[in-house]
Amino acid sequence: MQREFVEAPVRGVLKWIDQRLPVITWAYNELVVYPAPRNLNYWWNFGSLAGIMLTIQIVTGIVLVMHYTPHVNMAFDSVEGYIMRDVNWGWLIRYLHANGASMFFALVYIHIFRGLYYGSYKAPRELLWMIGVVILILMMATAFMGYVLPWGNMSYWAATVITNLFSAIPLVGDTLVTWLWGGFTVDNPTLQRFFSLHYLLPFVIFALVFLHILALHQVGSNNPLGIDLSKKDKIPFHPYYTIKDLFGLGVFLLVYGYFVFYAPTAFIEPVNFEPADPLKTPPHIVPEWYFLPFYAILRAITFDIFFIPAKLGGVIAMFGAIFVLFLLPWLDTSPVRSARFRPIYKQFFWILVLDVLVLGYIGGQPPEGWYVTIGQIATAYYFLHFLVILPILGKIERPLPLPKSLDEPVLGTAGAQAAK
Amino acid sequence: MMRALGMWEQQPKGGMMTATPSHGDADRGTRRDFLELVSWSTLAVGTAVALWPFIDSLNPSKEVLALASTEVDLEPIEVGQRVTVMWRGKPVFVAHRSQEEIEAARATPVDELRDPEPDEQRVQRPEWLIVIGICTHLGCVPVGQRSGEPRGDWGGWFCPCHGSHYDTAGRIRKGPAPRNLDLPPYTFVTDTLVRIG
Repeated sequence: MQREFVEAPVRGVLKWIDQRLPVITWAYNELVVYPAPRNLNYWWNFGSLAGIMLTIQIVTGIVLVMHYTPHVNMAFDSVEGYIMRDVNWGWLIRYLHANGASMFFALVYIHIFRGLYYGSYKAPRELLWMIGVVILILMMATAFMGYVLPWGNMSYWAATVITNLFSAIPLVGDTLVTWLWGGFTVDNPTLQRFFSLHYLLPFVIFALVFLHILALHQVGSNNPLGIDLSKKDKIPFHPYYTIKDLFGLGVFLLVYGYFVFYAPTAFIEPVNFEPADPLKTPPHIVPEWYFLPFYAILRAITFDIFFIPAKLGGVIAMFGAIFVLFLLPWLDTSPVRSARFRPIYKQFFWILVLDVLVLGYIGGQPPEGWYVTIGQIATAYYFLHFLVILPILGKIERPLPLPKSLDEPVLGTAGAQAAK
Repeated sequence: MMRALGMWEQQPKGGMMTATPSHGDADRGTRRDFLELVSWSTLAVGTAVALWPFIDSLNPSKEVLALASTEVDLEPIEVGQRVTVMWRGKPVFVAHRSQEEIEAARATPVDELRDPEPDEQRVQRPEWLIVIGICTHLGCVPVGQRSGEPRGDWGGWFCPCHGSHYDTAGRIRKGPAPRNLDLPPYTFVTDTLVRIG
C-alpha cells in the first residue's frame, strides 16, 4: 500500500528550497492533496479539533509560564494574584488554558468513541490507534501535573493521592513514591519537577500527533461505512475538509468561548481557591471530570483478589482500563468495522457509553453505600465489554450486507428510489 | 444584501440581472471574489484580535506599573553630595550641585557639545540635577556618585566601560556615548521632596 506523492506546484525560491528540503511537498501532500473519503460525517471533525486544541494549550501555556512562579510559597499567588489580576489579559489566557484542558479531553473522548463506533482501530489501523492511546496516557499525565501547578488545596491533595497510587506497587512502592516526591511528602521539589514535565510532555504529544497523522495518511482515513474505498470515492483534503473542519472549529469555539467568558470556573473545584494546606485534607477529594470514570474504577476494588491486596487491585484495574485499549484491535474479532453493519455491536457500544457515564457519575460521589456497589458493577461491565463480549460477539454476530462502494448505498438503494 | 451582491454577478441569472443592470464591467470581479475577500479579511482581523491579548500580556503588568514612581527626600542630601535611587529598576542620580558645578555647567558654550543642550533645560532647580544613571552608549552605570570615584575630565561622571566623560550637567563631553544622560520625568512635591515618574 504505497502512497503516491505529488510534487508541490511551487516555483522560484520556494522550488529551490523544496528540492533541497521537501517540506513544502510534504505539507502539500498531507494537507492539500491527501485523498479523504467523500462520505466523512461530522464525527470526523474531532481529530483536527483536538490538534487545534493542543496548539492552543501550548501557546497559552508558554505565555503563562512567563508569569508563573514554580515555588510553594509563590505559586498560588502568582496564579490567583499576579496572573489573574495584574498581568495584562492574564485572566483570559489562564482561563483559556484551564478550560482548554477540559475541552481537549471532551474532544478526545468523542474522537475515541468515534473510533470505537466505526471500528477505526481495526486492521490496518492498529498502530494508528495505539499511538492514539499513548497520546491519551500522556495527556492524562500532563493534565494531572498541570492541575498541581496553581498549588491550591485540591492541587496539593490530588498530587498526594495520585502519587500515593504508586505506593501500592509491592516491594519498591514506598521508595518509588519518595523518589517521585523528591522528599517525604508532596512539597517544593515535587512542584518543580511537575512544572518541568508539564512543559515537556505537550511537545512529546505534539511529536506523537505527527506520527498519528503519518500512520493515518499511510493507510487512509476510515469512513462511516468502514469499507475500503477506491480512488473515485475520495476527494482532496483541501478545500473540502479544510472548509468542513473550519466550520466545525467555529461551532467548537462557541462552546469553548461560552465556558471561558461566561462560566470560567465551572470546572474548577471551589477548594482550589484556597492555598495548599498540608494539614487540611478537603472532606471530599474529587479529580477533574475527565478522570472520574477511572477514579471510580480505582475505588471499585474494595476487596482482596487472591493474593492481590485491594489497594494494588484498584491501581491495576485503573491502569488496566486504559491499557486494555492497546489490545482492542485484537480483542474485537469481527472483520466488519462500522457499527452500522453490526446490529448487536451497535447496542453494546451504546451500553458501553452509558457504562462510562455511570462510572463518571460514581467517580464524583462519596465512596459509600450503593455508590460502591454500582461502581463495582459498572467496573465489571467495562472489562466484560472488552475482554469477553467483543471477542465472542465477533464470532457469533451476523453483520448486515456490506456495500461494495459509496455509489451502491447512495444510488443502489434508498438514494436510487428517491432519484426516480 | 442580495441585490447589492448582484453588482458582482458576471453572468445574468434568471430575470434579476435584466431588472437591475450591472453597474460594472465583467472584469470588476465575481461574487466569489467578493466572498473570498470578505472571508480572508474576517480571518485576518479575527487572528489579529486573538493575538493581541498574548502580545499585550508581555507588556508591563499592573504590578510593575504600580512601582513606576519613586519619592526622594532631599533634606539629608548636602551640597556636593550625590545620591542614587532606584526608579523602574534603573539607577537615578540625584546630585546636590555646588555653586562651582552650576557655574561650570552654565559657562560651557552650547554649540561645542555633541548633544547641544543648555544647563537650564536639564534642571528644574539649578542646585538639583536629576538624571538617569545609565550611559547612553551601551547601558553601563557611570561612576562618580561616591567621593573618590573618578568623575571624568569635566567633574561629572565617567563611564568605565568605554570611557565616556559627562560634565556636571550630565552632558556627554568625550567618548563614544551619543547623547547626554537621559532625564527622568519628576516634580517637586515640596521644596525637599521630589517625585520621580
